[in-house]
Amino acid sequence: MTEKQALYKYLLRMGDDSLILGQRLSELCGHGPILEEDIALTNISLDLIGQATLLLEYAGESAPEKKTNDELAYLRIEKEYVNALLVEQPNGHFGDTIMRQFLFDAYRKPLLEQLLDSTDKRLAGIAEKALKETKYHLRHSSEWIIRLGDGTQESHQRIQNSLEALLRYAYELFFENEVDELLIAQGIIPAANSIFPIWEKTLHDVFEEATLLLPKNKWKFQGGREGRHSEHMGYLLAEMQYMQRTYPNMEW
Amino acid sequence: MMKVDIQDLEKKFQDRIDQDIKIEPNDWMPDAYRKTLIRQISQHAHSEVVGMLPEGNWITRAPNLRRKAVLLAKVQDEAGHGLYLYSAAETLGADREQTIDDLHSGKAKYSSIFNYPTLSWADMGAIGWLVDGAAIMNQVPLCRCSYGPYARAMIRVCKEESFHQRQGFEIMTKLASGTTEQKEMAQDALNRFWWPALMMFGPSDADSSHTEQSMRWKIKRHTNDELRQMFVDVTVPQAESIGLTVPDQDIKWNESKQGYDYGPIDWDEFWQVVGGNGPCNKERVETRKKAKENGKWVVEAAMAFTEKRNSKKSA
Amino acid sequence: MEKSKEWPLWEVFIRSKQGLNHKHVGSLRASDSTMAIKNARDVYTRRAEGISIWVVPSNNITASDPNKEDSLFEPSQSKVYRHPTFYDVPDGISHM
Repeated sequence: MTEKQALYKYLLRMGDDSLILGQRLSELCGHGPILEEDIALTNISLDLIGQATLLLEYAGESAPEKKTNDELAYLRIEKEYVNALLVEQPNGHFGDTIMRQFLFDAYRKPLLEQLLDSTDKRLAGIAEKALKETKYHLRHSSEWIIRLGDGTQESHQRIQNSLEALLRYAYELFFENEVDELLIAQGIIPAANSIFPIWEKTLHDVFEEATLLLPKNKWKFQGGREGRHSEHMGYLLAEMQYMQRTYPNMEW
Repeated sequence: MMKVDIQDLEKKFQDRIDQDIKIEPNDWMPDAYRKTLIRQISQHAHSEVVGMLPEGNWITRAPNLRRKAVLLAKVQDEAGHGLYLYSAAETLGADREQTIDDLHSGKAKYSSIFNYPTLSWADMGAIGWLVDGAAIMNQVPLCRCSYGPYARAMIRVCKEESFHQRQGFEIMTKLASGTTEQKEMAQDALNRFWWPALMMFGPSDADSSHTEQSMRWKIKRHTNDELRQMFVDVTVPQAESIGLTVPDQDIKWNESKQGYDYGPIDWDEFWQVVGGNGPCNKERVETRKKAKENGKWVVEAAMAFTEKRNSKKSA
Repeated sequence: MEKSKEWPLWEVFIRSKQGLNHKHVGSLRASDSTMAIKNARDVYTRRAEGISIWVVPSNNITASDPNKEDSLFEPSQSKVYRHPTFYDVPDGISHM
């Protein structure tokens, strides 16, 4: 594998994480628990779609055969998407949405921070922009985890359940294979083990304040990074790709 | 208070309005003025919020990344506008939750256009172009409305909405110059949204019960029919310029009035839709109700959390 | 549906750029001040309108009574010497 091929694959992972999570959150526009929060979730969705646009644009230019970001976003088959399983999970109730967001933000923020030092200047530039947004996302999701955890009995129970259900998808965010090895060696991306302890500490601190307990079972689900998705993914793509598939080769 | 006093206050109030002095929340105002404003502002707020749904319906299916982001930003703006307007209504003593409950119980109305379904991507174009276009016609004069908080909210809304109509027209232009399928899609959307857009200006002047008083109070600056005529006059040439046809055989330029004549509006349909019998009335209100019900535990949790923290602080 | 406790109302003030006063822009609902600041950012600065936000619980604002505004504002209106236009500035003097 060449460095360029590895970079392409890595950019797809980051781009797909942003795209699929942004798509999930966009389903909620108009359905938020209260108007102010509807606006906040849409902001996060917009940021993620914006990040996906930049990341997939760069990916497309690094692809074996050049592609546009829209072609990558809309015209791959399911197996070619390499987002983590976590971000494709359905919105569920507000606690599920926020927990999914928190587990992701807590990983994305240190990743972006370390990407600022990437030897790949373009990637470092994208990270700089995305970091400003992600810091804010993490604040938002952490504050909500604490409020719900230490709110009412009902909210505590619900968010604890969300944690049990979603944590096992989150470990996959630290997936590594030969793509990472090559890029780490070139100083393009940080190693997962330099992000993982920061992620764990964020979880520990926030859950402590939220009076939530980390599940003892550390079993993890994975597959997304290698194109093996959950059953939810097909429906998400069918909806997202509807126009491009129904009316091929048209401009909108 | 004695009757004479009230008459005196009402006279002073009307004098201020006649001099174009804005009325502010703590100023004395006739009950009917307050009620009219609460009704109008909260209807307007509900329209923004319910109006998120027909377009929200296509966010997840938007055909490319740019369109998805633009549509998302637009629908988000509508939530923001709803909020500005609920805020303005609260300055008159209309509690937001109560106002929203009135929407959910069917007591409060909203713009009937949002009870029509969005069936294709072209509907995103038609809504931006026609529905936002009609809304802007209505809203620009409201920036000079006699009630300060409403006027100020409308200035913000109008400033932000300038891109809404443009993005809609851009979608339509793109489709109208695209493939046969795309052009048909655009024409079909125009066919379905044209008449409901004309109905957005409300019943014709002869049947409009509130117009006269509202104009005296400078809540309204133009009659429904005047605004409708302005809308037809600017929109018909826009349709022509991109090769689409307005679905009205009676459309004809009238040299003497320097405006277009247009065919009769189906007021039966209008009153049916207002009365709850539009294609999507039930779904729209149910969706908003569900959002609130599903969010109830979240709202309670946040309040409980704040109370806990406050009592810890004071302990 | 049983009525739950509503989040309190907050008034939002935004400084649009360095050197200007905070200006009232509207209100919103939030359960606490942290959330109020965050919601204000999302609701009132979607187009980068501000660099600083204040939020104040609406019920902590005391307003003057417009019916007594004559007595409240009349005295200052008669003190015209507070207004810069009261003074004649000789020709040729600028930036004052």
